[in-house]
Amino acid sequence: MSNRPEPLVVARDLVKAHGRTPALRGAGLDLGAGEIVAVTGPSGSGKSTLLHCLAGIASPDEGSVTYAGERVDTLPERRLSELRRTEFGVVFQFGQLIPELTALDNVALPLMLAGTARGAAQERAADWLERFGAGEQRGLRPGELSGGQAQRVALARALVTGPRVVLADEPTGALDSLASEQVMAALVRTARETGAAVLVVTHDAQVAAYADREVRLQDGVTQDGVTAGLEVHA
Amino acid sequence: MQYILISMSTRHILLGLLAKGPSHGYDLKRRHDEHFPQARPLAYGQVYTTLQRLVRDGLAEVAGTDADGGPERTLYRLTEDGAREATDWAGQVTPPAPYVTNEIFAKVVVAILTDGDPASHLLAQRAAHMERMRELTTLKTAPGTELATVLAADYALNHLDADLRWMTTTQARLTTLTAVTVEADRA
Repeated sequence: MSNRPEPLVVARDLVKAHGRTPALRGAGLDLGAGEIVAVTGPSGSGKSTLLHCLAGIASPDEGSVTYAGERVDTLPERRLSELRRTEFGVVFQFGQLIPELTALDNVALPLMLAGTARGAAQERAADWLERFGAGEQRGLRPGELSGGQAQRVALARALVTGPRVVLADEPTGALDSLASEQVMAALVRTARETGAAVLVVTHDAQVAAYADREVRLQDGVTQDGVTAGLEVHA
Repeated sequence: MQYILISMSTRHILLGLLAKGPSHGYDLKRRHDEHFPQARPLAYGQVYTTLQRLVRDGLAEVAGTDADGGPERTLYRLTEDGAREATDWAGQVTPPAPYVTNEIFAKVVVAILTDGDPASHLLAQRAAHMERMRELTTLKTAPGTELATVLAADYALNHLDADLRWMTTTQARLTTLTAVTVEADRA
């Protein structure tokens, strides 16, 4: 479609198998700067594998992934780690917060790993927890948080370093509908404010409806752009 | 503008609105549209016709007139029977989808009967549904959105979501059916 932003992440012809089981069989997509895209599809269609390839967590067997013109899939691990620390924010279904740390320290951690002093990191982390409506939970550990609160902390942690790309794998998969709505509304609002591009992998159409567009995966193949030239007969 | 709720019992909704106290037709129409912001606005003619029927059936009665600086308007109020009818109706369990008359379902059946391409149709319909769900999500998450609008959008989103799940299952069944047919042709 002509009004899409300039692509920031570009995946082409991705093929990936887990052992003998094919997960991706020629998948591709463009994620534009500031764009929110939902990747949907049935279980086993390759959604999470696609996200892992985009984030550099997995290497495709064939095809390419570029970020801002730089090939991600062939990068050495050191540069990949740097990208994941500074340019990408990744969120998983179960938050994957560190259980021994408070919500505040979980969010401050990526900043401290990047060299920010503890006090300054905690100050910024507190701001981000407020933005996601989790300020009151700053002193709690993950085990003391509800599912929705934990996901909002995980989102704050993913966004605290100011990434240009947020990759979220079923971020509301374990939440009820109202908690899911709060998490998605917070993610979309913050992404609009910061200009971050967001890719959300979900099996839930109501979650996908928060995105600007949907990319559908079926048997490891993407079916993009089905809305182009669509006619609706009332 | 596409409305969310298509058909409802105007008769019982007017009884419900009158439960808050006497009101005239113009005010009832305005309050109806406030409470059902995504429904098709009620026509004045329908309000007055329904009020006359409620009076005829003993469920409402004329409570006087109200000029309020403008033209004189007839005020209506609930009778005891009307109040009971509104309560009874609101408490009745609605028959769960007794008839499958959905247009998408009908089109898929006709596409199969005419050797059409139901799978492509379902894909295009899915895109249309997602587009509408995006509009509704934007509507309900906009700052300051009234509760009535949020509830109406939730209702519509859940029904569209149910359609989508049916379409996904149907697409999978069609794929299986095609595979079985191809296999049978080969044998």
